[in-house]
This record gives sequence, C-alpha cells and structure tokens, in this order.
Amino acid sequence: MPIAFSVNGTPRESGDAPETPLLWVLRDTLGLTGTKYGCGIAQCGACTVHIDGQAQRSCAVPVSTVQGKDVVTIEALSADPRGKALQEAWVAHQVPQCGYCQSGFLMAATDLLKATPQPTDAQIERALTNICRCGTQPRMKAAIRDAAAAIAGGAA
Amino acid sequence: MNQPTSNGVSRRTFLAAGAGAVLIVGIAAAAKRFRIFASAADAEAGRLNAWVMIDADGSVVITTHRAEMGQGAYSVVPQIVAEELDVDYDSVRIVVADGDNDRYGNQVTGGSSTVRSGINALLVAGATARDLLVRAAAEQWAVPAEQCRAERGVVYHDASKRSAPYGALVAVAASLKPNDKPPLKAKAQYKVIGQSVKRRDIPSKVNGSATYGIDFRLPGMRFAVVERSPRFEGRVKSFDASKAKAVPGVTDVVKVERDVFGHAREGVAVVATSTWAAMQGRKVLTVEWDDSGIAAVDSVALRSRLQQATQESGLEHKAQGNLTAALGADALDVLYETPYQAHACMEPLNCTAHVTTDRAEIWGPIQGPDWVRSHLAAALKLPMDKVTVHMTMLGGGFGRKAFMDYPHEAAMLSRAIGTPVQVVWTREDDLTAGPFRPGMTYRCRGDVTDGRVSGLEVVMAGQNMDRQEPTSKATANANVVEGLPEQWMSRIPAWRFADVHVPTPVPVMWWRSVYSSTNAFAFESFFDELARAANADPLDFRKANLDDARVSALLDRLAEVSGWRDRKPGAGYGMSLTYCFESYAAHVVKVARAAGGGVRIEKVWTVLDCGLAVNPDTIKSQIEGSIVMALGAAITHEMTFVDGRAAASNFDRYPMPKLADVPPIEAHVMASDAAPGGAGEPALPGVAPALANAIFDLTGRRHRAMLIPVSGV
Repeated sequence: MPIAFSVNGTPRESGDAPETPLLWVLRDTLGLTGTKYGCGIAQCGACTVHIDGQAQRSCAVPVSTVQGKDVVTIEALSADPRGKALQEAWVAHQVPQCGYCQSGFLMAATDLLKATPQPTDAQIERALTNICRCGTQPRMKAAIRDAAAAIAGGAA
Repeated sequence: MNQPTSNGVSRRTFLAAGAGAVLIVGIAAAAKRFRIFASAADAEAGRLNAWVMIDADGSVVITTHRAEMGQGAYSVVPQIVAEELDVDYDSVRIVVADGDNDRYGNQVTGGSSTVRSGINALLVAGATARDLLVRAAAEQWAVPAEQCRAERGVVYHDASKRSAPYGALVAVAASLKPNDKPPLKAKAQYKVIGQSVKRRDIPSKVNGSATYGIDFRLPGMRFAVVERSPRFEGRVKSFDASKAKAVPGVTDVVKVERDVFGHAREGVAVVATSTWAAMQGRKVLTVEWDDSGIAAVDSVALRSRLQQATQESGLEHKAQGNLTAALGADALDVLYETPYQAHACMEPLNCTAHVTTDRAEIWGPIQGPDWVRSHLAAALKLPMDKVTVHMTMLGGGFGRKAFMDYPHEAAMLSRAIGTPVQVVWTREDDLTAGPFRPGMTYRCRGDVTDGRVSGLEVVMAGQNMDRQEPTSKATANANVVEGLPEQWMSRIPAWRFADVHVPTPVPVMWWRSVYSSTNAFAFESFFDELARAANADPLDFRKANLDDARVSALLDRLAEVSGWRDRKPGAGYGMSLTYCFESYAAHVVKVARAAGGGVRIEKVWTVLDCGLAVNPDTIKSQIEGSIVMALGAAITHEMTFVDGRAAASNFDRYPMPKLADVPPIEAHVMASDAAPGGAGEPALPGVAPALANAIFDLTGRRHRAMLIPVSGV
C-alpha cells in the first residue's frame, strides 16, 4: 500500500519499499533533488529535512515512518520566515562555496533558530553538527548570527 | 545541454532563442584569430571560442568555460570579460560551456589556473567586442572612432552628444573586421575587476535549485552502483547476480570497466530504476575477486619503506654547489612524514552517460570537460564531434573530479545496457577507491652560517603521480620543489633535490595544491628548525634569507595583522611562507595549552599575495576554505591501508571538521598589480607547518610527522 504524507504542503504518495530512506524517495521518486546524499549513515547532514517541524537526517528515516507526517525540504524553506532570513544572510555573507552541503545546513540552522532564537556561538556549534568540506564554517556562524538579529529586529 | 545557470539560461537555449543579429566574438584557441558571426547558426557551426554574445535587444551573454566547484569560476570569468567589454556586470547573463578545447583552449579547472592562465584571453575577448561596437558607432555617425567611447553597454560621441546602446550597434559591428590587438585598459581604469561582486551561483545554492551531477535527470534514465575491487587492482573472477536481479527495481547486472591511469580496472554494475534499488541489489551481489600478483599494501610497512627510501640518493631533479662542504658536522638531518589523503568531496563521484552506436553525451561534476571529451572519443572510438560533455555544478572537486575513470565507467555502462544511466558512487566507494594524495616522506639536511642557509638537501620518497601509467618513464620528480619560494634557489649556495619513487597498488593523484601540500610541511618546518638553530626570529630569518621586496612586504603585513612583533617567546606562535601556483601565502598560527591537556588552536592569520585580485571576497573564501581543509589534513585525516584496502570508508572513520572544530580565521589579500596568481589552493600548504612551528614554540616539542596532535580550538 502506498505511503501517504505531505511534502512542502502537497499530499504525496510513495510506492517505494517501506524501508526506503526518505532521502531517496524525495530525490528519485518525487524529483526533489535539493536534499542531498552525502554519506548514507546520518553523519554529514546534507540530507536534512524537517519532519513535523523537526530537523532530521532523511538518509536514516525509512519512508514508512513519515506516513501522515509533514515533510518540508529546502525547496520550500523560504516559506518559513526563519529560513528566508537565513537564506538572505547566506547570500549576504556569500557563504556557499561548492554548496552541496548547504541545503542541509540551512534546514538545521532553521531548526536551531526555532528552538533558540538568539543562539550563542557555543549553541550554534553544538546544534549544527553537519559537515562542510569547503570550509564555509566561519561564514555560516556569522550568517546565523545576522539572521537571528534580523528576525529579532523584524519582530520588534 | 541545458545546464541551468543562476538565471536559468543555457548556452543552447540562448542561441535557440536568440533571434536577429547576434554578435559573437571569440578567440580560436588554435588559430588565435577572431571571427564575427552574423547568426547563431554560424556560431554553432564554427570552431571558435566564443565568450561574448550580444543580441539585438542589447542583452549581453558571457560564456564561462571553466568548472564551478565553489571557487567562483562562473562569476570571475564573466567579471574579467565584462571589464573590457564595458558592460554593467549585474546585467550580464552567464552561460556554461561544454567541453570544447578547440573553442576555449584548456578547460581543465585545476592548478588554480582559471584566472592566472585565462585572464589575457578573456580581457582580449571583451576588448575586441567593445572595439567593434565603438567602431560601428563611429561608422554610423561618420566620426573618427577615437572620438567615441564605451561605458556600461552604451557607446558615446561626447562632442555631438550622441549615444547608442550596444544592441543597436550589433548589426553593423558584425560586419566589421575585428581587431585582434584591441586597445586594453590600464589597470587603474578597472571598474569590475577588483570588486567583490556577488557570486552568480550562490542564490541557487541556498534554495536547492542548483543542479549538481547527482541531480541530473533524463527520461528513461537508470541508476547504477558498481562493486569495485577493494584492493584496487583486483580482477573479476566470477560473480553471482541471481539474488541482485531478484531485488525489485533491478534491471541489469553487468561487468564494467573503467580506466585508471591507463589500466583497465574491473567492476560489476547493478543497474536499477532508482539509486536505492541499485544499492539494495549490490548488497546481495557476490563477486569473487582475483587478487593474484597484487601486493597487499599496508600503511605500517609502507611507512618503514618510505623512511628507508629517503636514505638513498634518489633520482636527482636538480642540484648546485658543493653540498658536502656546505653541510657541516652539526648540520640538521631530519625526516618529515605526511599521510595519504582522500579528496572526500561532499558530492560523491557520479556521472550520467547516454551512449548510442554513433554518439555519446555525458553530464557530470567534471573539472576537465575537454579532457573527458577527447578521452571518451578515443575509448568509444567515436569522432570528437559526436561526443558532448556537459559540466554540471560540482559539489567539491579538489582535483579528484579531473580524472577520467568515473565518466569512462558510466559511458561504458550506458553502451552496454543501451539506456541513459547515472552511476552513483556511494560515500564508501568515493572514500576508498582513490586516487588519493600520496603520503610523502622527506629527508631534509641543512645548515646555517651567520643566519643564512648555507646548504639544503631534500630527498622525497613516495609515489610519483606521473609514474602510474603502463608507459611511464623512470624520471626524476620535478615537483619536489613545488611550494618553495624560488628565491631560495638563488640565495642558498648549495642545494640538491631528489626523489625516490616507491610504487604501490594505490592510485594517487592531485589533491588540492598537489605536491605543495606535503612538500611545504617539510620545507617550512625545516626552515623553522634552521632559524631556531641560528637563534633567529623565524619570520625575520625568512625575510633576511630571501631578501626580496615582494616577500618582505608580505611578511611585514603578516607580522602587522597577527601581532607577531608583540608576541612573547614561547607564547605559541608559528609561521610559514610558501609559493604555490604563482602566489605567495604567509600564515601565523597561534596555539595555547588546552584546559584538558594538549594544545588547542587559538587563531590562524593568513595573508595571500596572488597578484591582481579580481574578486577579493571570493579569494578570502578560498583562503578560509584552504585553511579548514589543511587543518583537517594536518590534525585528523589519514587514509591508512590494511591488507591492501583503504581502511576508512565513511565519515565516521574519516571525520570532517565540524563548526566547533574551526578556529577563528583572519584572511587578508595583498593589494597588487602583479600578474594574477592562483587563489584556490596556495593558502593550503603552509598551514600545517605553521601549526607544527607554533606547537614547537609553545612546548619545545617538534612534530615532524602528521598527524599533529591538537585537542581542540
């Protein structure tokens, strides 16, 4: 029986085997390639998506477990004001280099700002355990601080 | 191909849509002559390098012929052309070239070469187009061309207060004979070059729309993974596909070859309707490997072999002076050791191929599309014009994606199964198959007299990257001097550089900054040791020995930004000075004792002199990235081999630096009018020795072998 869930607000069905990781359903079945394969063992975070509002590494999430849940991917991140603020800060700081890991970082950073609107550097470092090979970490930290300030400014 | 750029335009789409007069200016790589085409069809039929197109409505489209792997090629190439073309950079549309050596010259994005080896042709391409447009305006207005000027896409005749946008001049310009020596701007006139304009690829990289190789899709495309020999050179003795073929989605299981430096390496491909299905099929595939005659490389044994090899005299690259006389009884004689490294690009290797009987089309994260094209034309026995190679966005490259093996394998598989196919390397495949950066061991002997280096001998032992092909000759490795500022050669009276090639079955190749990445650890640690032996300040020691204005200015700037002169002896400061791909890099690393024992890195300061800096902020990004990659290589990453196999197969055993592992970094770019040098790699080699030198300064302990123990930042 197909597994039914919502992706970026649209009802979708997957006929893939129930143990298929959500990552591959998103990429190969649903054609949403912004979510990346990096390691397949939940180490790198390139595949991070939001499931019912929480950041999760989709390479380690069997599609059967998202039955009835809301999945949000990088393609719809700008609908979240925190996500949008982070995307803008990412451009302002010229954060991405190769960019391959950046979808996952942005999804994880959005989750962080939801729980911790004004994170300290230590909180940023604890929360974001994704991997970037290009060395964009210094700019990411600066961009997250700016996005947090922008969101606080907008709300005030 | 329809590789989307940040504005969603591909070269082909543009040409197809480009109605009316289209001015195309290019430089034929072979003939070095210019031609003008009146129509898009002419351009496509021609054999030109075409960087500039202006359609009748004035839209300017600039082609980028180099790969975008995060270093800004999609932006910096158009930035240079736009400067001489005199157009508003923000209004320019950018298209990505396919592999075409005749049209663009060398497209291999390696050796930090996009700007340093491309700038002259790109300036001329822009200037030639501008010159035509100015002359077209002059002709229309019947005034001397010298009285006209171009600015931001418009030609002006100030005396008569007339002006015309480029689009209105294209038809006439296309009929004129181009000037292949157009007037070029003085550097002081630059308005686009030298500006930190925003990179064009970045918006697509924050919303998931950037298309990497692994994201490319074709109708009817299959997905494949390949079981390859775990011992690099193993041959397929037999395989049992019955269980794999029973996995839902699996369509084919076939033997496939790939070319690794002229050797055919075998694998068994599992082809399916999705990547995951292919992976599941592979799990139940059994392959029996024939490993007969293959040495089971082992890192512990290899280390001893390399240490012993450095005691030989080796194949001499070059030498001068009387080394025996120069090296006194108290000369230093030490070994430096560096480990094998994996490239570990975040986007694992992949390639999509569609090969039919009479043509081949390839899409992938490819650093050298022109190389892949000529390689595949030969391998598939197809004429060059029947092979098309498209560059997608690259999720990291670092040298690995300049090789032929993965496109070769995808092409052979597509031909075998008769459908388009995307071969995806799993992270495990990507990390364990190589080619790796070779681990090199160095014996350095040297002496100082009155604060000057009086003699230096370097014998490098390890795998010579150029001696892996069946036809390779036993020549000395000229790259033994990579990374060394060349001034040392004229300042040291006696020196000798040699290497001992120690072959293993492990394939090795370029890894960001290539030999400099290991050489510099030896050179710059050793100069620090010599400076200490001479009781000299390490920075002043280099300044005095090299006695060069450009180097002195760089070192003074480094001292200024890092507070070098105010430091206390033993406070944990170390520095280095390297020369790589025509750029000088100077680093200071500051370490301190960590609370829980050991040392931690407090900060890294880097100053890069890469000559003319086309986009300073992009260059700073490359410095930051180089430092982070270098720290990983110095502290954490070592690819070891056990029983002939690479030991670390995923990020759990080859951990990448996380946000918490990256120290504060301060990157500076020297203002310079010198010819541009590289930017993507030169800031990498000097980080590890500066770190080792800093630890020596703090603790008195000299780390001559990576990995260097650091407990945190």
